[in-house]
Amino acid sequence: MTEDVVHEPQHHGHDNSPEAIRKEVRKYLAVFAALAALTIITVMIARLHLPGWQAVSLALLVASIKGGLVAAVFMHLISEKKLIYAVLALTVFFFGVLMWGPWHHRYDAIGQRNISAPPPEQMEGH
Amino acid sequence: MLFGALFSSLVLLRTSDPNWPQGWTILSVPLATLNTFILISSSVTVVLAWAYLRLGDLKKGKLFLWLTLLCGLGFMIIKAIEYGTKFSHGQFPGTNNFFGTYYLLTGLHGLHVVGGMVVFAYLLMTANKWYATKRDQFTNRVETTGLYWHFVDLVWIFLFPVLYLL
Repeated sequence: MTEDVVHEPQHHGHDNSPEAIRKEVRKYLAVFAALAALTIITVMIARLHLPGWQAVSLALLVASIKGGLVAAVFMHLISEKKLIYAVLALTVFFFGVLMWGPWHHRYDAIGQRNISAPPPEQMEGH
Repeated sequence: MLFGALFSSLVLLRTSDPNWPQGWTILSVPLATLNTFILISSSVTVVLAWAYLRLGDLKKGKLFLWLTLLCGLGFMIIKAIEYGTKFSHGQFPGTNNFFGTYYLLTGLHGLHVVGGMVVFAYLLMTANKWYATKRDQFTNRVETTGLYWHFVDLVWIFLFPVLYLL
C-alpha cells in the first residue's frame, strides 16, 4: 500500500517552506563556525595555564556557551513549547543538586573552605 | 542525569585528591581537539540532512546522513587510537582514579556514539522505501535521532575541557 506524500508547510512547529529551510541552513552553518571558533578559544585558554579556579571558570564558561548554542539552535530549544522548558528546568535543577553535593563537601555556605579539606594550593602544583 | 551523576563524582574525586593530575599532561589534546571538531561537524551534517529531507531532496539528505555516520566512525577510530596508546603505556581503568573516571566517562560517551551510529545506519538502509511511502515519518525519525546525536555532542563539549584541558 502506498500513501500519498503531502508537503506540509507547518509541520510539528517547523516552517517547511523552502525559503525558511534555506534560512535555517545558513543559521546552522553560522553556528558551526561559532562552535569551531569557540573550540579553538578553549584550547588557547588552556595553553595559558591559568591558576586553578580561573582556568576552571573560563573553560566551563566557554563550554556552556557552546552547549547553549547546540541546545538552542541544533536542538531547537529556542523555539520550544513551555512544557519542554518546564521539563528542562527540572533537569537543570536536579543537575544543580548533583553539582552542589560535592561543592558543599568542600565549601561551607559563605564560600570558606572546610578545614577538613586539603588546601587548593596543594592541587595547583600538579 | 546519568552523565550529571558521573560529572558530580568526578568533581568530588578531583577536589578531594591533592595529587589529581591535569589532563593535558597525560592525555592527547590534539586528538581530543580533532574529535571535538569531528563531533560538532556531525551535529551540522545531521541538521543539514534533516533540512534537505524537508526540502524533498532525498539524495542530499542521505549524503549528509552518510557524512554524519562517517564522523561518528572517525570519532570512534580516534578514540580507539587514544585508548590503544594508553593501554600500551600500561594506563588502564584500574591504574588510578583519574584513569578510572577517564575511561568510564569517555567509554560511556563512546557507547552513546555507537548507539547513534547504529540508528543512522538503519535509517540509511531503509531510507529509499521509507521516504517514498512515509516521507514525513522518515523525516521526523531523522530529526529525533538528530536530537539524540546533539545530546552526545553536548556531553562531549563538557567532557573535552574537564578531562583534557584542566
